[in-house]
Order: sequence, then C-alpha cells, then structure tokens
Amino acid sequence: MSGEREPEAGPRKEAAAAAVHEDAEAVPLVPELLISDLLRYGVVASLSLVTLGTLITYLRHPDYLVSSEALQRLTAPHPVPHGLRDVLTGALAARGQSFVMVGLLVMMAVPVLRVALSLLIFRQQRDTLYVAITTAVLGLLCLSFLLGAAEG
Amino acid sequence: MTPFLFTLAVLCISLGAGLLGSLLGIGGGLILIPVLTLWLKVDIRYAVGASIISVIATSSGAAAAYVRDRMANMRVAMFLELATTAGALSGAFLSGLVGGRGVYFVFGAVMAYSALAMLRRMGAREEAPVPADALADRLGLHGSYWDEASGREVRYRVTRPVAGLGLMYVAGTVSGLLGIGSGALKVPAMDLAMRLPLKVSTATSNFMIGVTAAASAGVYFARGQIDPFIAGPVCVGVTLGAWLGSRHLMARVNSTWLRGLFVAVLLWVAWEMLHKGWVS
Repeated sequence: MSGEREPEAGPRKEAAAAAVHEDAEAVPLVPELLISDLLRYGVVASLSLVTLGTLITYLRHPDYLVSSEALQRLTAPHPVPHGLRDVLTGALAARGQSFVMVGLLVMMAVPVLRVALSLLIFRQQRDTLYVAITTAVLGLLCLSFLLGAAEG
Repeated sequence: MTPFLFTLAVLCISLGAGLLGSLLGIGGGLILIPVLTLWLKVDIRYAVGASIISVIATSSGAAAAYVRDRMANMRVAMFLELATTAGALSGAFLSGLVGGRGVYFVFGAVMAYSALAMLRRMGAREEAPVPADALADRLGLHGSYWDEASGREVRYRVTRPVAGLGLMYVAGTVSGLLGIGSGALKVPAMDLAMRLPLKVSTATSNFMIGVTAAASAGVYFARGQIDPFIAGPVCVGVTLGAWLGSRHLMARVNSTWLRGLFVAVLLWVAWEMLHKGWVS
C-alpha cells in the first residue's frame, strides 16, 4: 500500500535543491529502501520464531493445556535464561521457550542492525559528522548489552 | 487458569492494546503494562520487559513504512538518538535502583502527564516563523516531505537542536525506566521545541523509538527481566494489533471522540497505578 506513490521527477528535483538531499540524488531512494526492508523482514523473522517456539512449547508440554499449577510455576518470579549461551543451548535442545527467546533477541537486534546499516550508508556518502554520530549511538547500544551483563 | 489460557489472555490483551495504541498514535505499552499487572497479576518487572520488546516491534513495523515514504527525518533521528539511548541506559539502571514500587509511581505520573498532553493537542497551535539556528545548519537537519493533501513537497527548517537533545534524554530515561516507547514525550519535543512538522515528528519519533527501546532491552535481557513466556505472546499480539489498526481501522474511527474517551481511561489507570504504588 505504501509503495503506490513513487515520488515523481518534479518533487524529487525540488527535494534535491534543498542542500540536505544532495547526496540522495546520487543514490536515489536506495538507503531508505534498504532500511525499510531490514526493519520489515527483521520483524517478520522474529515473530515467526516466537510463534514457532510457542507451538513447540505446547506440543512438548500437553499438561500446560489443563494444569493450573503449571501457571504458578511459569509466572512467579524466577530466573530466566539471560545469557546468549543459555539461550542457544536451549534452542538447540528444541526447547520451545528458548526458540521464543531467540525470536525476541532477533527483535532486539533489528534496531541495532538498522543503526549499523545507517553507519555504512553515511560512510558511503562520506558524511564524516554523521559517521561519528552514528558510531557513538552504536557504541551506546553495545554498552547497554555489556553493562547489563556485567551487572547481572 | 492454565498456562494455555494465560497465553491466550495475554495474546488477546496485547492485540487490543496494539490496536488501540495505533489508533491513538501512542505505543501499546502505556495500555498494556497496567492491564498485565492489575488484571493478570504479572510482576511489573516482567511486564516492563515484555512491553519493551513489543515497543521495538511496533516501532520497527511502522518505521518501515514511514522511511519508505521519506516522511521520517533520518538525520534528526540519528542526532537525537545520541540522547535517547544515553537516557534509556540511565533509565534501565535506575529501574533496578528504585524497585517495583517506584516504577508504579513514575508510571502513574507519566500516564497522567500523557493524558493532559493529549488533551492539549486537541486544541489548535499557532504558527510563528522558525528561528534560525547555526548548529541545526551545521548538522544539516532541515528537510522536506511529500504532502499528500496539497500534492507537493513541503520544505521545513529545524531549530533548537540542543533543547531537543535535552528533552530526548528525559524521554529516553522514562522509556528505559518504564519499558514504554514514550512517543508522548518525544513528539512534543520535536514538534514544539525543534519545530518539525507534526507529521514528520510522529514519523521520526516512531523511527527512533526502536533504537531507544533496544538500548533498554539490552539491560533488561541481561538482568533476566525478559521472560519468553510473557514477552512472546505480548510481542505477537501487539504487532498484529498495531498492524490491523493502522491498515484497516484508522480511517473509519472518529479520533476526537476516541481521544476524549482515552484521556478519561488514562487518568483512571494513572490513579490505579499510583494507588498500587502507595499500598504495596
């Protein structure tokens, strides 16, 4: 639906006249399309993994369909796998909840990848100022994972 | 209640929150967290962890369309993300310090504020010329967007980038602390302080929210606050709801009436959350 309106030649020239969009004319629309696709397919991949994991969970634990004691166990405060290694070993053992977790991790990775992609695009455009800004944002994102891990 | 029924309940609630959120132009988190904690008795720390993931999902989904239409200003977004990620990091750590009770209080206060901000947005706003700003020029923040209604490219100028950074740090902190997108704080910062057109502010806010949320999600994940049993169905439900809302319902709903109703609900839930923080 959003793809219906392709920008016409007129408005594109006008946009290019504004100093900001000078770079965009050399590589028409490509950065926007790349980022848009990354976001879209990332979300779809993540949701598929989460759904698959949930199905596996209920196939492997038929008692979850009837027992209300199991819910107590599942929702009470409890340790959740929170290391990448724990999650991956769980997924390899075909544990449903680990699949869900991998899906959630893919979701968390989507914005990080988006920033990394922007970094490549700004580099290609030789925009040093924004390469610096984007690198700093990427650094802060990595820091959040590292600091969280150090704290936990 | 069996785990299966619980999953179904969470899925339905998330679907509703995503739908309502997309109609009102706010994320689902603000609706979702109170319902999960007050009705389903989910521990607020897990509710926040689940919500932050759904925030990434809806933001990324919506941003995919906005970026394609060149409505989101990617340079403004990148510049402001410096402040929102730093804020999100502070907020996520702060939530470990203040504990569940403090989170209830801040949540109630932010909800009440969002309700009032929404009320104010229903009124008109004045148009004054945008003051020139050297830093905004240096950063090349100005841009243009295609206006469907008038059928032409609209150019705009941006001002006060430093004030924007400051406000975004606050928005990021709230987002990290509460596990919400805090678009209700981001849009006014861009719209009122930096003078971006409202449409561009909304699109850019959506674009930025994913990165802000990812910064907090990293901390929450490492801390074990993201429980797949709760976050899984929340993530799927909110995304589907938001998609349905934006694709199929948006045009058919009278938004003024809906906003009025929503402000009332927000104020009531804000009171509930404050009360819960008080007695717990």
